[in-house]
Parts: sequence; structure tokens; C-alpha cells
Amino acid sequence: MSVDIGAALQGIHAALPAAKVAMRTNPGPSNQHSLLVGNESLVDVLRFLRDHLDFDLLSNVSGVDWPDPAKADAVAVFGEGEETAREHGFLEVVYHLYSTSRRVGPLVLRARSADRGENACVPSVVSVFRSAEFQEREIFDLYGVIFTGHPDLRRILMWDEFVDHPMRKDYVAPDDYEYEPTPHDDVLVKAKRHYPAES
Amino acid sequence: MISDSSMPYSAPTLAPGADDDQLLHVSLGPQHPSTHGVFRMNVVLDGETVVSLKPVFGYLHRNHEKIAEGVTYLSSMPYTDRLDYICPLSNNWAYAHAVEKLAGIEVPERAEYMRVILAELTRLINHTAFMGFILGDMGAWGSALMYAFRERELILDLFEDLTGARMMANFMRFGGCRNDLPAGWAEKCSVLVDDYGPFLDEMEKFLVGNEILLARCQDVGQLPKETLINGGITGPMLRAAGVNYDIRKAEPYGIYERFSFRIPLGDKGDCYDRIMIRFLEMRESLKILRQALDQLPEGEYVNPKAKIRGFKPPVGEAYARIEGPKGELGFHLISDGTVNPYRYRVRPPSFINLTLLEDMCLGLDLADVVIILGSIDIVLGEVDR
Repeated sequence: MSVDIGAALQGIHAALPAAKVAMRTNPGPSNQHSLLVGNESLVDVLRFLRDHLDFDLLSNVSGVDWPDPAKADAVAVFGEGEETAREHGFLEVVYHLYSTSRRVGPLVLRARSADRGENACVPSVVSVFRSAEFQEREIFDLYGVIFTGHPDLRRILMWDEFVDHPMRKDYVAPDDYEYEPTPHDDVLVKAKRHYPAES
Repeated sequence: MISDSSMPYSAPTLAPGADDDQLLHVSLGPQHPSTHGVFRMNVVLDGETVVSLKPVFGYLHRNHEKIAEGVTYLSSMPYTDRLDYICPLSNNWAYAHAVEKLAGIEVPERAEYMRVILAELTRLINHTAFMGFILGDMGAWGSALMYAFRERELILDLFEDLTGARMMANFMRFGGCRNDLPAGWAEKCSVLVDDYGPFLDEMEKFLVGNEILLARCQDVGQLPKETLINGGITGPMLRAAGVNYDIRKAEPYGIYERFSFRIPLGDKGDCYDRIMIRFLEMRESLKILRQALDQLPEGEYVNPKAKIRGFKPPVGEAYARIEGPKGELGFHLISDGTVNPYRYRVRPPSFINLTLLEDMCLGLDLADVVIILGSIDIVLGEVDR
């Protein structure tokens, strides 16, 4: 059953008047609209949703990279009052919540970092939902979102010595080129760059 | 870019007051003794008792999600086979389901029936193979696995007839399936469904009262229901603890509403319940298969209006999930209106079901860790992606 996102928003506003929560409309046919939650109230909102609206299962946590503000505009995920983010690009974390008792969902929440550099921080929700533990580590590993308050934030899929975050849109793969006997097209260009003497 | 030097590798932390001199640090794995894949655990032992357990992932990591962002939507379909390579057809369905939600594509009735049949056959494969592997973990090396794989091979023969491949099926398409059932396939499948019950009886006779299985599995690895839900555990693991949550009933997708079947629930949620719940689920799958084969309508196997070439879903996002054999398998897609997904995220049940592995193992013997890991039923292709 799909979720009544308006009721959830009203409930949050009534219980947590200080929380910055705004609705984001999904332009696609999936009818899954989302709530954009301010970082300072993210943990409180999730705790309220868990304890009072029975959203007890945090099913999925996704990272999304928006390096190009124009792109984010085109996909219509922007809101008002986010001029800094609009200028710099940002990293986004998307949460999908379900209720096992009421059998509704997904309730989609999103949180955004201030930028993609020093301040790429989003509060960790592990204190409310344990299921976020490995998923947040994965997003830290692949996107570089720093989850403040995470009990054990270290790389999970890449090895510990790895530098950089491979899921970012501007990630450049290292030129650790493997020899190919019959290079062609852009592989040939890369091969020439890598083995100048041979070709 | 953020420097990671501030985040060094943290060794397993010890309980305050623990005497480190007496503790044994064991790196369990990485190994692939044809059991569960290449997976490592840093375990700290006090005698035989586990005091800390940190899983280490990533040996099979190939950044599946990044690859998917660089190719068209349909090009990711064969890659989904390789996520949970025991059950490729469920993965296909989950991905097709998500794209159909993203783009608003209808699926013809015959295709829905075919999908249900294939997904339930896949569930049989997964749970049957699980029986073999878990017995292997308990020291019954080989025999149980060979019984399980004998039956699995019969289902794989059906898949080969239909898709051309035993395992890497690449069969579902957005709006249906790749091709229609070949002549006589439904009859062959029907015979298999009839013969599967006696096999389950036989397997169950070997296992249920088995002294070793009882001694190794009962009262091992149980956690409270609330902890399991909070930890994001889904699938047979969650239902073994008595939580009635199956996506086929809770959020029916496809045509599951049309079938009459029950959701088996466990009581204690220990490893024994987790094994038995899978037996019961297989029997329910057989019920679904019987109904689906009897009702299978004629018609189109793919929506003729669904575009294959130059497929561009409208701008938007979608999260869709199915009840995979291992738990909730979801796909989160964001479309920017081009031929490639802007964001493609897999919600892998195996990975998230491992979240509470340490909690289940603390205070137990090292030998129990192997059983608990086996009872979670992971596939590393999906964990590491």
C-alpha cells in the first residue's frame, strides 16, 4: 500500500515544529514523493516516524551525487532556500522507510550535505535504525559522505588504503592499464598512452 | 576530495576490562570452500567464546552500480544475473519491476504468470541449495549438497530450455519476458512440481530429527523481533522469528494476490527455525506453482508498446522491491530522462542481513559462527556487488 505522505508531513510538523521538512514532488509516474529533511532534525524526524507513525523498517539507504546544480534542477529535486547547494553541487542520501505492522511504504526521505568537499556531512541515523550501519559505511566509502555520529565509519567495499570515492560522478579511474592484445577505438588511444614504445 | 587518513582501520574493540593477553584474534577467511563465497571475519575469541566479530567485505566488489550508470537500462539486465547468482531470475524481476515503476509500463497477464512461475522455481533452487550448504557447514560435507544439487539441476534444465542458460538467464524485459514458453515447457514444469514434494519429504526425513542438526542449531543465534526489524533483516530470517512480513502479502506485486498460499512463521528465530522455515516456504512455493501452471493464460509474453531500443524513462525516481528468496531485493532508480540511469542502486538482502551478524554471534562458540553465517544465507556476488 502506498504511503500517505501528506499525513506524515503533518504529523512531523505537529510533533516537531522546529524541524525543517519540505515535500518534494516526484515528476515520474511512480508516485513516490519524498520529504526533504534538514540535517539538524534528521535523527529526530526518523525517531518520531519510528516511534509514533510505526515506520519501523528502514529498508534502503542510497547515496546520490549531484555535482552539477543544473542537472539537479532538471531532475526537479531542488527546493527554495538552498542557494549554496545550488552553487556548489551536493551529495544526497535517500532513505526508504516501511511499516511492517501497518504494511505501508515506501516513505522516502532525503537529506543533503552542504557541499561535496569539506562539509560533505550528513548525520548518522544508526542510533535510530541499525540497518543503516553498513549502508552508511558503503555510502561513505563510495560517495564520501561523512556520517557524523556513526559508531564505526570506515571503508567497507573498497580496501582501507584506497583514496577517493568511486561512485562520484567526477571520479576518474586510475590508469592501471592491463595489456590487451588487440586494442581498438578508445582502448587503442589508452593503450598508446600507456605503452608508447610498443605502439 | 576527502582524505581518509583521519579514518584509519579500527581493530575490533574489546569490552572494558577484558584482558587482551588471554584473547585470540582469528582472521576467519577469506576463503571459498564452495560454501558461501569469499568473506572474511575478524573474530576475537576468549577461549572458544566470541567477544568481537567484524565482517570484512569487498573481495568480489566490481562497483556494479557505477557500471550500470554508464550503460543503458536494458544493458544492466544481464549484470543483475550476477548479483545473487543462485537466483538470477528473481534479480531480473526485481530490476524489471523497478524500471516498470519508473517508466509506468504495463505487463501483460501471461508474462506476469511466467514471472511468478520462474520466481518460485528460483525460490525452490535457492532454498534447496541452502539445505545442502548449511549441512556442509555442519560437517555433513557433500552428501546433502549432492542431494540438493540433483534436484536443482532439474530446475536448471527447465531454465535452459526456456532461456538458453542454466544460470545467467537474462530473461526478463521491461514489460514482460524475452521469449514465450517453448512447446511442452509448462507440462515439463508441471511434472517437476509434482515430483518435488516427495523430494522434500525425503530431505526433511533426513534432516528434521537429525541429532547433529538439532544439537548444532537449536537455541543458536536468536535475537528479539524488534532488533531484527530495526536491523533491516528481511526474508526467511525475519519470519523465522515470528514476524509476519512477506512482501508478496504485505505489498503484493505482480499477480500474487490471485494465489492462495500461507506465510510460514517460526517461533524462536534460532538457526533451526531458519532451516525449517525454508522447508515450509518451499511447500508454499509448490502450491503457488501448481496454481500458476493451472491458470496460465494465453496471450502476449511482452508488452508490445514497451520500447527496447532508445528506451528513455521519464524524469523521476522509483524504488521497487520484491520478496527475493533471501529477503527484500529492491532497486532504487533515478532517471534524468536520458538512456542511462542517473542513479542505480541495488538494495541487496544478503548484505543488509549481515548487519546483525556480530550481535547473533557474541557469547557463542566459534563453531556456532559458521552455522549462523550459513543460516543467514548470503551470496557474495550480491553482498559485494
